[in-house]
Amino acid sequence: MTDRFHDIALTVNGEPVRERVDARRTLVDFLREDLDLTGSHVGCEHGVCGACTVRLDGAIVRGCLTLAVQCDGATVETIEGVADSGAIADLREAFERRNALQCGFCTPGMLLTAQALLARGGVPSRDEIRAHLSGNYCRCTGYHAIVDAVEAVAQARAGQVK
Amino acid sequence: MKPAPFGYAKAKSVDDAVALLARYADARLIAGGQSLVATLNMRLSAPRLLVDINALDELRRIEHDGDTLVLGALVRHAEAEHSADVARHAPLIARALPHIAHPAIRNRGTIGGSIAYADPAAELPACLLAMGGRVEIAGPAGRRTVKAGDFFKGLFETALGPSEVLTAIRVPVARPESRCGFAELARRHGDYALVGLAAAARAEGAALRDVRLAFFGVGATPVRAQAAEAALERGEDAVAALAHDLDPADDVQASAAAKKQLAGVLLRRVAAQLAEARA
Repeated sequence: MTDRFHDIALTVNGEPVRERVDARRTLVDFLREDLDLTGSHVGCEHGVCGACTVRLDGAIVRGCLTLAVQCDGATVETIEGVADSGAIADLREAFERRNALQCGFCTPGMLLTAQALLARGGVPSRDEIRAHLSGNYCRCTGYHAIVDAVEAVAQARAGQVK
Repeated sequence: MKPAPFGYAKAKSVDDAVALLARYADARLIAGGQSLVATLNMRLSAPRLLVDINALDELRRIEHDGDTLVLGALVRHAEAEHSADVARHAPLIARALPHIAHPAIRNRGTIGGSIAYADPAAELPACLLAMGGRVEIAGPAGRRTVKAGDFFKGLFETALGPSEVLTAIRVPVARPESRCGFAELARRHGDYALVGLAAAARAEGAALRDVRLAFFGVGATPVRAQAAEAALERGEDAVAALAHDLDPADDVQASAAAKKQLAGVLLRRVAAQLAEARA
């Protein structure tokens, strides 16, 4: 089968989804345009900015560099699902408290990327946090406050509250 | 931007992928897609058909016998980065992997894709050349193996034919006397390198033998620095010898003069790594 349109079935934020997609539809456009999940943002559309970060089968990926048709049978989680689960409530609160966002465009991708680092456990160094977040652009904050927020959550989760 | 329309087919086997590539003109393989989909989105490429090999578990193997580590083409960068076999048997690759792009891209990008795409500023082609590795290829005429030195032909140009599939890379397993070094300079962690260097050698007492230095970001392909290799083996000034090896062009990131200067800086760092006993 070499068709342009394909039927896919996948799980998005815990719910089963069946759709017919154009092969050229990227995952992030599929989520935003077909499923109205607009928390994942479309920035550069060539993998540089990280605003489209989502989870595919548990691992963060670029929503703009993955095709929806490739996600048949997969499990996708977006910022909507992860936020609703409560798993990053502390991280969201730290971002707000530390002014780690201004316009908020990068924030969903930034939160999912930071959570992937925090989920490994332990307290990463500030250099490790910066290296891990290096693929997520923020044009407002200058990053310092974002590193502060991620570091604070890592310390809090490890029981080293400052 | 959005990609131009294309058809899509999931390959059921390597032979099926080869057959699809042979049957449809202007078909492209998609593995991790981390370079390809960016070029599709920007309409720098517009194939009629994408042949997806992501379902082919036979391309996911990480295996070793006494002499060789085999990494299947579909092994993701992140899988290799966290593989105990890669850390132990191919420490040069383990050192290079964290420099490739960013975590979300390494979760999806593949070893085979990096080699087949052959970006001149990419890490893995240089590692393969420094290690004296080989590339396994499947095509309409059957299977063949190509040495790294014969694989990288020019700018984004390899020995792969239009209907061929890169199935795995093979690298020699590290020995107690093996030494490796890796360093690169980029404007930001995860960016393509301004200049980078992957190196392998064998320690013989205090001396280094079989030194292989593969620079990247300084030419159309990874570049062996043979005068500097010989100088390191003789214990002479390798940075001075480097002037005979490298002839980078100016690019958008740095001038040729800056690249030459930085190549010397990296060579000093990597020479120090090669001199360290293996942990």
